Amino acid sequence: MDGMHDLGGKQGFGRVRYTLNAPAFHASWEVRANSLYALAVRRGLFNMDEYRHAIERMEPRHYLSAGYYERSLTGCATLLVEKGLVTHEELERRAQGRFPLAAPAAEGRSNHPASQPLRAGDRVRVRADYVPGHVRMPGYIRGKTGVVVSESPTYPFPDAHAHGVASQDEPTYDVRFRSEDLWPGSAEPALVHVAVFQSYLERIA
Amino acid sequence: MEAIPPKQVFQRTASIEERVNAVQAVLQEQGGDAAAGLADLDHSAQQEWVPQNGARVVARAWSDPAFRARLLADGRAAVAEMGLPMPKHHRHLVVLENTATVHNVICCTLCSCTAFTLIGLPPDWYKDFEYRSRVVREARTVLKEMGLDLPPETEIRVWDTTADTRYMVLPMQPAATVGWSPERLAAIVTRDSMIGVARL
Repeated sequence: MDGMHDLGGKQGFGRVRYTLNAPAFHASWEVRANSLYALAVRRGLFNMDEYRHAIERMEPRHYLSAGYYERSLTGCATLLVEKGLVTHEELERRAQGRFPLAAPAAEGRSNHPASQPLRAGDRVRVRADYVPGHVRMPGYIRGKTGVVVSESPTYPFPDAHAHGVASQDEPTYDVRFRSEDLWPGSAEPALVHVAVFQSYLERIA
Repeated sequence: MEAIPPKQVFQRTASIEERVNAVQAVLQEQGGDAAAGLADLDHSAQQEWVPQNGARVVARAWSDPAFRARLLADGRAAVAEMGLPMPKHHRHLVVLENTATVHNVICCTLCSCTAFTLIGLPPDWYKDFEYRSRVVREARTVLKEMGLDLPPETEIRVWDTTADTRYMVLPMQPAATVGWSPERLAAIVTRDSMIGVARL
């Protein structure tokens, strides 16, 4: 989905809030929120792709105003409700207040029927796919051309794995793009490497 | 017929702590000693998954050319040699070697993924929208704002962690530290140098 989470290349954000030795956590509830989702994954209540997608489905204003660990907690709670482990009403009764959750998921999809193995050195184009469900293709590479640098082991296909759709595991490719090709006339020169699932790619001459 | 209690409608949003406690109560009711599982994860996140792990890897790579070669060829196997296993879903670790002319920097534009068992849970700025949105498009300016002013001839490579392959930057060893012990070397390796927003 073309959600609020897909931030790569978005303009308008200011300076990075950088400090030396910046902490990962600012409060004990943040540590616990992180452990809650991790425990649920360890117990097999949901998988990482479902978790990431649940966060992406947060209402955009909520997504932008929540910090990282509030997003994590919202994704986790949304899945516990969707998996039938608790009702939304029960969560709110326990919390004694409103408990905003993410919006429902659209449909997932399986591997691309023309997905084919690639090799280092292949020139590839990212398929111009628009999907309503989970996808790990950042919008800024859609339809863009790059070069395969290397290949990973196979992984569950996120577009399916986040939705309980059957699919084949497939590798991701380290694809090198030129920033000037991604944002013509509007980027500083750099090489941008993205880990791209095989289904998202087609070889070009 | 059993009476159904009326749905409770709240005028206020629960505080974040109240929401955390509500989710925790749900997991605890699932059984299986959730309290112990959570305490274990709290401990790992704060005490075990720390940048000192990655720093040891970097120090060894600087001191041991054969290890450095193995690390660059198969990062996951090389860190496992040092007793640093990675989570099951991180099936691949790519170690990115900085040189005088190439500088690597890591981000995750879609969420905030990292090789957290090696370099620690990500710092706040890594998860912020500013870093996620800008570093892929204006890396040189972002790095400069963060205190790393790279020479114009240095090639910048940005690595977006959009899948479960994990990345770690192998920083350049400062010339003055050649010959130091691995322990002493590890002490100078910072988390930010392994993300690639700082040089040593």
